[in-house]
Amino acid sequence: MLYDVKLRIAYSYTAPSDRTRLVVRLLPNTIPATQDVVSRLLTFDPVPAERRERVDFFGNTMTTAVWHQPMKALTIGLDARFDRKPVREFLDFSPPVDALATEIAQRRSLASHAPQHFAAASRRAGPDPEMTAFSRDRIAPGMTTLQAIEAIGRALHTTMRFDAAATDVGTPAREAFDKRHGVCQDFSHVMISCLRGIGIPAGYVSGFLRTLPPPGQPRLEGADAMHAWVRAWAGNELGWIEYDPTNAQFAGTDYLTVAWGRDYDDVSPVRGALRVAGGQASTQAVDVIPVEG
Amino acid sequence: MEQKAEAQGGLSYLDGYAPQPGVSDELFDANGRMRPVWRPFVDAFSGLRRDEVAGRFERGNQYLRDAGVYFRQYSNEPLQEREWPLSHIPVVLHETEWEEICAGLAQRADLLEAVMADLYGPGRLVAEGHLPVELVAESPHWLHPMVNVPPPGGHFLHVLAFEIGRSPDGSWFVLGDRTQAPSGAGFALENRMATSRMFPESFSNDRIHRLAGFFSDFRAALDSLATGPDGQPRRTGILTPGPANDAYFEHTYIARYLGLMLLEGEDLTVQNGQAMVRTIEGPEPVGALWRRIDGQFADPLELDPDSQIGTPGLVEAVAAGNLALANALGSGVLETRAMMAFLPRISRVLTGKALTIPNIATWWCGGEPERDYVRANAARMVIGPAGAVDLPFDWSSASVVAGTLRDGARGSLDDLLATKGATLVGQEAVNLSTTPAWVGDGETGALRPCPMTVRVFATRTPSGWRFMKGGYARIGPEGDGSALAMQRGGTVADVWISADGPVAQPTLATTPAGGFRRQRSGTLPARAADNLYWLGRYVERCEDLIRLVRAYHLRLATVEGPGDPRLGLIRSYLSPFGVDTSQAMPQALVERLDAAQACASKIRDRFSTDGWAALKDLSDTMRAMQSTARPGDDAARAMSVLLRKITGFSGLVHENMYRFAGWRFLSLGRAIERSDGLVAMLATFTDEGAPPGALDVAVEVADSVMTHQRRYRINSNRDTVVDLLTLDSDNPRAVLFQVAEMERLATALPGATVAGRPGPLLRLILPIKARLEVAEPADITPEVLAGLRGDLAAISDRIAQSYLR
Repeated sequence: MLYDVKLRIAYSYTAPSDRTRLVVRLLPNTIPATQDVVSRLLTFDPVPAERRERVDFFGNTMTTAVWHQPMKALTIGLDARFDRKPVREFLDFSPPVDALATEIAQRRSLASHAPQHFAAASRRAGPDPEMTAFSRDRIAPGMTTLQAIEAIGRALHTTMRFDAAATDVGTPAREAFDKRHGVCQDFSHVMISCLRGIGIPAGYVSGFLRTLPPPGQPRLEGADAMHAWVRAWAGNELGWIEYDPTNAQFAGTDYLTVAWGRDYDDVSPVRGALRVAGGQASTQAVDVIPVEG
Repeated sequence: MEQKAEAQGGLSYLDGYAPQPGVSDELFDANGRMRPVWRPFVDAFSGLRRDEVAGRFERGNQYLRDAGVYFRQYSNEPLQEREWPLSHIPVVLHETEWEEICAGLAQRADLLEAVMADLYGPGRLVAEGHLPVELVAESPHWLHPMVNVPPPGGHFLHVLAFEIGRSPDGSWFVLGDRTQAPSGAGFALENRMATSRMFPESFSNDRIHRLAGFFSDFRAALDSLATGPDGQPRRTGILTPGPANDAYFEHTYIARYLGLMLLEGEDLTVQNGQAMVRTIEGPEPVGALWRRIDGQFADPLELDPDSQIGTPGLVEAVAAGNLALANALGSGVLETRAMMAFLPRISRVLTGKALTIPNIATWWCGGEPERDYVRANAARMVIGPAGAVDLPFDWSSASVVAGTLRDGARGSLDDLLATKGATLVGQEAVNLSTTPAWVGDGETGALRPCPMTVRVFATRTPSGWRFMKGGYARIGPEGDGSALAMQRGGTVADVWISADGPVAQPTLATTPAGGFRRQRSGTLPARAADNLYWLGRYVERCEDLIRLVRAYHLRLATVEGPGDPRLGLIRSYLSPFGVDTSQAMPQALVERLDAAQACASKIRDRFSTDGWAALKDLSDTMRAMQSTARPGDDAARAMSVLLRKITGFSGLVHENMYRFAGWRFLSLGRAIERSDGLVAMLATFTDEGAPPGALDVAVEVADSVMTHQRRYRINSNRDTVVDLLTLDSDNPRAVLFQVAEMERLATALPGATVAGRPGPLLRLILPIKARLEVAEPADITPEVLAGLRGDLAAISDRIAQSYLR
């Protein structure tokens, strides 16, 4: 299925920002059997004095942009065409949750997909007694890892309220969990923490959701901005599985991946160092439109 | 006869010196014979009378105090310093033994380099099962952005330290590797300065190796790392976390000693993949840094985003191959305690050889056989976090010592091992050797066997690892072989490496070429200039306020007392500065001085020890006065004391400080602040509505009473006061004098003129000077005074824009 993605992020500063340096993770990549990126174009207005692309540890494309002159406003744009592959059908060959540790221990690699990178606490998500207790209450003895992932994801979707105004980009997972509200970032961080707490390695995916649902289906939460969901490791056989706790479903053909890592800090779309005397404001607009015919 | 009697008296210092059974002793061998290498020192020391011993120790302490050596304790209090805990008796080792140690540690250093290259490269050790994945993957010190980033120059590790101890059988073992940002080399140097003052006779026969060779090797290695691809030298520096770090003194000390720039993260900027230091002359390329900040804080953009001390883009500069770091980012992972459990085997895997110097026996409890072994032998182990990077004797809470849970660890040991095995290591509770240390005071003390470890320093040179011929020893309390932590009150001692004959005597004062290297000028980082500028301003403002407070209390003490209308005027003038005149020693003054001290603390590498001591003395005096000074006469006298002290500080600075760019910024700060203070005061005290006698207050505060009498021979009126304090080019307390001073200082700064014409800063100063030169007192209206303050603020802004950012 072909999609055209158009993203615009605009910043304005009350006082001109000086010496701005941004690290941007917005350029999507082809993922075998999941998505082909047919075209991609990342633009900055004003044009930066320096720009470089590198690939980070997790395989994401990282763009560094530097402006030498002060500026009062900045717009970042992404135009990309994705060919989203059909979702593979799979049977639940994942091990019982208790047996997952043995399978993890068999993996001897420091490569970025190794589950060990996603097992322990990272800066923004990690085992936490309360969230682990929440997880334990929702898994039955003998449950497979895949069933546990779905059970916990559903439970979070039921207990947590989607509220675009309640949290911000810096809200800790524990706070969002305690108050049982947040946006996709919070849902994802909470779910990652819940999974890690019971020994399931889990990471964070940033990307896009189709803006308007196919006829007859409800519009998904999080479609009007960049979206985030969870990638969890379900054993040697199944490998990494993606689940979206905000919408309580496995990531399907409506999901387009930009970047992934252990938590938001590894994939933050725009991370910046700038000197501003006053405040700053930003807006974000996303359109994800299926290409007809 | 007399000598013999003294010697006998001296030997009594060793009476009761009884090494514990089952540990080795540095001074005596297993048969109770003194090791020959100690003989010369012990003989010399034994010949000292008790009062001489006390005198020698005091000489060492005095040196350290004068040199301003301090140790910072981690605490929430800013600027908490404590005296350097010198153990006055050195540790003496023979050079043959030292060479064996260094050969063994060189092997270990090469192994660490190989492990580092693998962990940030192919990952073979993990893939082949020689290292557990989670130990690396979960370590906050394994920095994944550095994976597959080759280190410029080809090596990751350039400067290392090893903490070593001696086992009961006399052999040496490693307690910990310091690979992240090893500290202590500078402290070793200071210890040496102190001991060479205490025991000069021991150094007169040239048998003790000097430390300087190590530092010149290190400096040369850093310079060669800094060389650009075009063969052009680029700048080098020490990257420090700043004054809050416990080893900051050492950073400033080594920066001065080696002539390296002391840089904080914000001194650097990255342009087109090249790290640049922001100097008052603009950005200049930096090729290599001795990194003293932990890797994860080095770059908020690609590493820890919360870091306040990093440089955005630093990782990019490294990845572009343009910045070499000693050591590479991510080297902290090698300090992971559990690494010790695997290094012996890794050595055999990677090099086919066993380690010549073993490390402390360590078991990672993630494996079942190891876990069982640790459980069965817990009584003679210390069990603690596997991922920790501190040294065995720094183990804090949440560790298990000799099978007993310490504070912070919950549950039973069995539970802990069963549920958290992979996060724990067991390490053999080692018995360290003992060395003589002085216990007690000079009058009654004696030498006692105390446990010790030695820190050994290594630096990479083109011809292999070079070791400091010396080091520093940590000395623990007598009878406690495990609790050595400095932070918990241990002491440190100099380590002498002694030869049988005279040794070569390198110092940093001469270079191989026989000439000398004059540092290039203009290496003043903008941040240092900024701090010097504000130091100048704060101190001057402080002095100004002290004079006003004194003027207030002098009048309070007169017959008229509280009824004097001038009191209200001074009170209202001082209030915008936050000075509460009801306090005899106003809090606002203390705060102003604290601000000055904070600036000075950030530039201690450029600031004389005497100057620092003078500021500290001033601050101590102020704080003491806060509880003692009473309003009126007493407060006035107190202010006079402070004025003398602050003038002493200014004298030190202006008499002794070399006229380099830093001094100019300090002086510019002072000139601008003084001018502004004068203008502000004149605006208030020469106002038509001011009470009678206000003019005299102004003259008094400006320290110009005598001059006024001599020059005008009449009572003061508005014109005479304005003339003396504004338009006089010979009165240091006149605005014109200070503006002329600003012109002189600005003329010597980089970019002062542009194509033969005055540059932006001079263009602001020259018109003010010209106006004041031709003005008459009557021209200096309140409006003109208000305008002048605006002009001065514009000059300050211009300085900041052109030089301080």
